[in-house]
Amino acid sequence: MDSLLSIVVFLPAAAAALLMMVPKEQHGLFRNGALAAMVATLLASIPLLTGFQTHAEMQFVTKAAWIEDFGIQYYIGLDGISLFLVLLTNVLGPLVVLSAFKAVDTRVKEFYILLLILQTGMLGAFVALDLFLFYFFWEVMLLPMYLLIGVWGGQERVYAAVKFVLYTIVGSLLMLVAILALYFIHHAQTGIYTFDLMALMQTDVPLNTQIWLFLAFGLAFAIKVPLWPLHTWLPDAHVQAPTAGSVVLAGVLLKMGTYGFLRFAIPLFPEAAVQMQKPILILSVIGIVYGALVAMVQTDIKKLVAYSSVSHLGYVVLGLFSFNMLGASGSLYQMLGHGLSTGALFLLVGIIYERRHTREISAFGGLAKGLPFFTFAFVFTTLSSIGLPGLNGFVGEFLVLLGAFGESPWIGAIAASGVVLGAAYMLWLVRRFLFGANDNPENQDLADLSGREWLVLAPLMILMVYMGVQPKPFLDRMEPALEKAYAPVLEVRASGNYSSAADLLAPFLAEREEVEPVMENTEDPAHQIGGGVR
Amino acid sequence: MNQATYLALIPLFPLLGSLIAGLATLMTSHRQSGPPKIIGWISSLAVAASFGVTALGFNALRNLDPAERYLEQSLFTWMDIGRLDLSVGFLLDPLSSTMLLFITGIGFLIHVYSIGYMSHDRGFSRFFAYLNLFMFAMILLVLGDNLIVLFVGWEGVGLCSYLLIGFWHEEAANAVAGMKAFVVNRIGDLGFLLGMFVIFWTLYQQGGSATFDYRLMESQAALIPAGAAALAGILLFVGATGKSAQIPLFVWLPDAMAGPTPVSALIHAATMVTSGVYMVARMNWLYEITPLPLTIIAIVAALTALVAATIGLTQFDIKKVLAYSTVSQLGYMFLACGVGAYAVGIFHVFTHAFFKALMFLGSGSVIHALHEEQDMRKMGGLFRKIPITAWTFLAGWLAICGIVPFAGFFSKDEILWKAWSSQNALLPWLPKALWFVAFLTAGITAIYMTRLVVLTFFGKSRVEPQKEAHIHESPATMTFPLVVLAIGSLLVGFWGTPEFLGLGPNRFHDWLDPVFHGQLYGEQDSAHSAATAPGDPHGISHGISHGSSHESSHGADHAHHDTTIEWILMGASLLMAAAGIGVGFLFYLKNPALPTNIAAGLGGLYRLVRDKYRVDELYDATVVRPLVGLSRSFLWKVIDVRIIDFIVNFVGMLAKGLSFAFRILQRGYVQTYAFVILLGLAFILFRAM
Repeated sequence: MDSLLSIVVFLPAAAAALLMMVPKEQHGLFRNGALAAMVATLLASIPLLTGFQTHAEMQFVTKAAWIEDFGIQYYIGLDGISLFLVLLTNVLGPLVVLSAFKAVDTRVKEFYILLLILQTGMLGAFVALDLFLFYFFWEVMLLPMYLLIGVWGGQERVYAAVKFVLYTIVGSLLMLVAILALYFIHHAQTGIYTFDLMALMQTDVPLNTQIWLFLAFGLAFAIKVPLWPLHTWLPDAHVQAPTAGSVVLAGVLLKMGTYGFLRFAIPLFPEAAVQMQKPILILSVIGIVYGALVAMVQTDIKKLVAYSSVSHLGYVVLGLFSFNMLGASGSLYQMLGHGLSTGALFLLVGIIYERRHTREISAFGGLAKGLPFFTFAFVFTTLSSIGLPGLNGFVGEFLVLLGAFGESPWIGAIAASGVVLGAAYMLWLVRRFLFGANDNPENQDLADLSGREWLVLAPLMILMVYMGVQPKPFLDRMEPALEKAYAPVLEVRASGNYSSAADLLAPFLAEREEVEPVMENTEDPAHQIGGGVR
Repeated sequence: MNQATYLALIPLFPLLGSLIAGLATLMTSHRQSGPPKIIGWISSLAVAASFGVTALGFNALRNLDPAERYLEQSLFTWMDIGRLDLSVGFLLDPLSSTMLLFITGIGFLIHVYSIGYMSHDRGFSRFFAYLNLFMFAMILLVLGDNLIVLFVGWEGVGLCSYLLIGFWHEEAANAVAGMKAFVVNRIGDLGFLLGMFVIFWTLYQQGGSATFDYRLMESQAALIPAGAAALAGILLFVGATGKSAQIPLFVWLPDAMAGPTPVSALIHAATMVTSGVYMVARMNWLYEITPLPLTIIAIVAALTALVAATIGLTQFDIKKVLAYSTVSQLGYMFLACGVGAYAVGIFHVFTHAFFKALMFLGSGSVIHALHEEQDMRKMGGLFRKIPITAWTFLAGWLAICGIVPFAGFFSKDEILWKAWSSQNALLPWLPKALWFVAFLTAGITAIYMTRLVVLTFFGKSRVEPQKEAHIHESPATMTFPLVVLAIGSLLVGFWGTPEFLGLGPNRFHDWLDPVFHGQLYGEQDSAHSAATAPGDPHGISHGISHGSSHESSHGADHAHHDTTIEWILMGASLLMAAAGIGVGFLFYLKNPALPTNIAAGLGGLYRLVRDKYRVDELYDATVVRPLVGLSRSFLWKVIDVRIIDFIVNFVGMLAKGLSFAFRILQRGYVQTYAFVILLGLAFILFRAM
């Protein structure tokens, strides 16, 4: 069992190594081989779910010295936070490969090899518990993504790819500096050189330094999220990337940023996180509203979906920095939910692009009549994306907003306006894209979803329903790990005098004086804080 | 005890029906011939089964002691995280069972009607899939035992409304109307969400148990301070103004008439649009804490009733008239709630469901007979040609005008009486003003409904000649529901005859009374009495804060007041209705030149009303266009493109100019790039040693 997690992480890379030896004319072999590797990875990760114990500690841990001189370890493990992100990555893996079967016919070998390496990079980043190892996987992800955009992308692919790299590299380098700084501070305090996350979490970093380090980590993560105003690489990258690239980018890569906050920035630098909470909350709310408004006026479907991601990921950051269990769990749930629904949206856009070679909304209209399957899948996914109760999107959005409202009613209220704007831009898209008269001759005889395309979309749609109706199995497994991740922050807040919850409500709460507030559990610090754990 | 394992069947049947019809639709969507017509009957049967189970539950409730009159079934835990413990459960009590009886009953009739109405439509089975899905969501909304389940249903019915308004989506206008309905409703839902959040966090702040469960919330009502109660109550009502089409969010409902007529009857008249009234009635304990929210509700409701009625006078599309009439009648229902007479509001919901569904289906039958003609200027003289439709329609007309003994008479008259006899702690003059507006609106209602009946059924035919020959009465699947609903429109009012008439106590009130006085759930308090502030039992907080006529609905109070005023008011409203009808016949049958002259005389005012007070144009100019313009011309093209990207590109150019590494990078030699990264890493690490 000990090596199970390593097998899951490196299976795609191993398959990539094998495929490198195959002559490049064997297109079928690359397609099927990559699919088989992705499916095998998914199957191999099922024991991770079934064998998972609901507690806060790391599981499936492998810890071995890697570069002993520098205190670098091969240290990986899984908890309730990373479990579902790993599963999400592995669910999307085979679907992404399958979706590219027809779309990619140049440099087929390189394409699938890069997808497989990318998969290992993402999986590794989600399970790495050694900061150096994390940085390693973080960089491993960067290269394949850059090439996917730059080689298989659209007209402006070079500009988009460079922009993507430029943004990312600025963040990564600062993060590297911060990692090293932390490494040396830890050494100064303990005399031990280590990149071990658990050890580094015990480091006592002065507040001033914490803030700088938090900002350095935070910048790298905020760019990946992307948090407003660091988002402008995303629309370009998405529009230019091939479908498979967009799906991976939206489905998994963006979560790397929010995951980074949750796993590293917040637990490592709790005091700084508390200090920086308000600015980050404000940026995330701006992102929610701004992303939605700009999405509304896009003329390219893919760009619209890209801006919608800015808005959706704004919710995720909002929840992360609400500092209560509702916001945090909603946030993690929203990461998964967004992976499914936005992944599916990009797949659907890709499907129509393969047929029409355009994504301009004005080129379409009235597809519903000729393409009932496609329309069904698209509207279904739209409903998931706009948070219709019963589907996955609602659970995350609801928990995040409820948590954020408890932390700051104003911020929660402004963020909640996203539910109106979200419905507006998505349904307006549906109306122009699928409804109305089909008067463009080029749209007359399009083929509806093929069996392969159904195979790509159906699993996502089934998961959307399941996650909408049965969030409990997910939330139960997340809760202990989230409580542990937020324990340092809550400790900081309990020691300081942070009056957070429901500031706005205060005047309303004062009026009816005959009611004595029955404050039970005043001793419990978590209870005092609006955002405490239960 | 009080467990009932069969409650889940009520929503289950239509859900299954929807899945069957939906699958059939998908599977046959690429075939020339659509799915078999049996789908329509399967869907109808599913709703009939729900009705059967509801009736069973209703009967079981009747046999329970009034203080114990509820049945519950808890299904599963939905979300349990942090301090949120949210489960999905059902609660059948007098309120929800009454709602469900007419929802499933009338729902069934409309399903049957649709088999005839939609028989030639390509989307026959898709229609029934949506219709059954709607029934499922509507049942969830009413049957849920907490606000979140209500919200799930609330959004679900909104979805079905969206899908059904835009059912004929090839016509862009229909799809736009559907979208407008959904987005406007979402604005309301935003208020609804925030209202729930205020309750949740207030309970938490006050040391109670933070929850969305009706009974648990209600048992902690004493913990909620007046300010928070006012805020929550107003925010929840914002949700209601969306779903139930009140000022300022009523604009979507008239456009919603783009959907097939059975949809207008079921969703946009009888059931979904009344869910806001249901919600306010369900949350009555919250509205009793402080008078501000109810005062706002009453004022908004009265204004909506009046404004919509005046628009109804000027429209020529038969469905538009009925739509504005629905908005106006919803105003009456909220008016009742606004003066604290929740049971009366629900009574009007109940009677209105019959007569308004009847008239919508009747208008559908007219439209069917005239081959999709909806303009009343091209109707007239249809009485003899479609007699069943016409006769049944008259029952609906008399009911909405408030002619004794039709159903609308009893419910509307009681709303007027409650408005008159209520007291308002904030604005003492308000009750009489509310009564006056409602009284005036009753007269206008009688005029525009008579106008509709006259223009459609009486006088000379103005039907286009080529359609004239084909006029035919609708098939039995369509006329049967009309007959049943007509009988209902005549009879159901007798469930709630006021006591002063001497026909015994008001049975409808007595039936609902436990829901509105906290008796039902009294036992629940014990479990959470620790959370409830001691010394403030439920009843007291009701008594002090609540300055409305609520108490007068107690049977005991009736002995104390003089019934003379009630008789006078009843006579007055009957006279008003009769006068309205008289004016209607005079204007539109005897002397058609008269209204035209009046309209011409009023000039600008008339055009303003005819153009629906240009509210749509106002919203478009003040909200929609500025927002789109700002987003496109400033946020996107200036901030994103000109400012942020300028900085990014500038940094990029700088890097390009200064460094070889980036020039190499742009040629795409990533091996080099990777090598540089590794080299850099090694270098940094080496130096760090």
